Amino acid sequence: MPRLVSHPDEVKIVTRRFGQGAANIDKYVELGGYEAAKNCLAQGPDWIINEMKASNLRGRGGAGFPTGMKWSFVPKQSAKPKYVLVNGDESEPGTCKDHLIFLHDPHAVIEGTIIAGLAIGSKLGFIYLRGEYRYLLEIMEKAVADAYAKGFLGKNIFGSDTEFQVITQTGAGAYEVGEESALMESLEGKRGVPRIKPPFPAVVGLYGGPTVINNAETIATVPHVITMGGEAFAAVGTPRNGGTRLFGLSGHVERPGVYELPMGYNLKKMIYEVGGGVRGGRKLKAVVPGGSSTPVLLPEEIENLGMDFDQVGKAGSMLGSGGVVVIDDQTCIVEFALRTISFYQHESCGWCIPCREGTDWLKKSLTRFHAGFGVAKDIDNIQYIADNMMGRTFCPLGDAAAMPTLGFVKKFRKEFEAHLDGKPCPYAKHAELAVV
Amino acid sequence: MTSETMSVFSPQLAKRFDALAAKYPVKRSALVPMLLYAQDEVGYLSDAVISEIAERIGITELDVRNVASYYSMLRFKPVGKYNVQVCTNISCMLRGGYDVFEKFQDELGIGHKGTTQDGVFSLEEVECIGACCWAPAIQVNYDFHDELTPESVPDVLARYRTQLQNKEKNA
Repeated sequence: MPRLVSHPDEVKIVTRRFGQGAANIDKYVELGGYEAAKNCLAQGPDWIINEMKASNLRGRGGAGFPTGMKWSFVPKQSAKPKYVLVNGDESEPGTCKDHLIFLHDPHAVIEGTIIAGLAIGSKLGFIYLRGEYRYLLEIMEKAVADAYAKGFLGKNIFGSDTEFQVITQTGAGAYEVGEESALMESLEGKRGVPRIKPPFPAVVGLYGGPTVINNAETIATVPHVITMGGEAFAAVGTPRNGGTRLFGLSGHVERPGVYELPMGYNLKKMIYEVGGGVRGGRKLKAVVPGGSSTPVLLPEEIENLGMDFDQVGKAGSMLGSGGVVVIDDQTCIVEFALRTISFYQHESCGWCIPCREGTDWLKKSLTRFHAGFGVAKDIDNIQYIADNMMGRTFCPLGDAAAMPTLGFVKKFRKEFEAHLDGKPCPYAKHAELAVV
Repeated sequence: MTSETMSVFSPQLAKRFDALAAKYPVKRSALVPMLLYAQDEVGYLSDAVISEIAERIGITELDVRNVASYYSMLRFKPVGKYNVQVCTNISCMLRGGYDVFEKFQDELGIGHKGTTQDGVFSLEEVECIGACCWAPAIQVNYDFHDELTPESVPDVLARYRTQLQNKEKNA
């Protein structure tokens, strides 16, 4: 069972039921569960969308798109059925927040799905979990069955004449499926390759019907937005960045874990106070602020950095999935860059050539480089390849691989140079990484 | 299937498949879960499994293979009873994921994607399994083990050996 952590600076909204047995439906109801969905049923779609817009809740998957606005893009009238799709294919390295949500509060996911369905006029929602999360899928399946038994799901939810059904779905191992259009392909029983946009899923999505796709954390946050009221939720965060975020502190930090902190919380404070500082009293070398695809930040860049979408964006990186990976001064950045690109090379679906070829060449270059056989022009070449991947693919995986690579080369050029001409890596034990 | 006896699915799996296929607006949506559930039962996606799934869904075997080859958890060869999957992605790497992986290699005498001669354990280096804050983490089949050290590796293996002995005793 994953360890739960806690810190006085936390503002527990989404995690407030964690560790209280809320996977049990009676407990969930006792703790105020499903009241938000009932309220939404009474208030209607326009009211729900207004509350969501007022909340400034932005997509927790990484892109940070305003949830209320996303929902409002779904046409009111549609010849084809509309769908809600919950993205629980959590697989961005550094990210394990949805893991805890499914484990501790599965009904919040179901309740959020119902509310999304009411907002857009959908009768069917899918909750998609990555294949590795089998024990969590079983928890979700039990929760869904219990919600049906209570009449919270089905033909007449909460005794009304409104229908809403939920289907749980498992993946089978694929990072790319976390991308929304690849997710729909996978759910349709196909290879998880991305679709070209437009049309956007809000217009043509799953089975060709209008579809809202939200990250599991976003969906689990929705009932709390309704309960608190949109404005009150917005007030917890910073301008245009409502509420809290489940930050996953990992890597060389004294107290790793998932902490719920207000949007805009200072990153330095997060590492040194919430996380207890760098492990073993070592010095901080770098931080990956929002999952492995977000460009690395240096210690001097986090001094006054508030963790919200806009501030991290201004600092030249991204808030992404909220997975904060802390790197100490004993770490070889070239090795770290290589491990990062090896992942994207492994996960590239191969559909778009710049991504398929680019990730492969970056991995080859970095492997050679880290093994001590690099030449000076490799450094510029790595930059050149990464530059040419940016913005040239159907989905963001190409960018996700290129962005961090560019960041490592730009900010740690000296360390790359130190690897030149057969010099052994000054840090790493693993000069040659096992090929995944 | 033309006759009951030809099915490679157990009655439970066949029932599960029927329930799955009925719940989606489109039957083919059952494909990915079905491949995984069939693999859980049979051990891998054999030709017979692929053929039966193709027939049950009403698509070609090529379609099934095309989809199955995309997903990293799906395999076309048998593995050991316990598939040890060691994450070495960044968060695990920073906390000794490679040391844990090496220790498993030493203890089992096999490498990446290897299987022990007795067929009990397989070993695999895998990408992020979503346990970054409890790193280094591994999965043995679907079970997570968090915050491992090289020293804790023999205990993990011993636990599964005991589990297997108990299973065999009870069988």
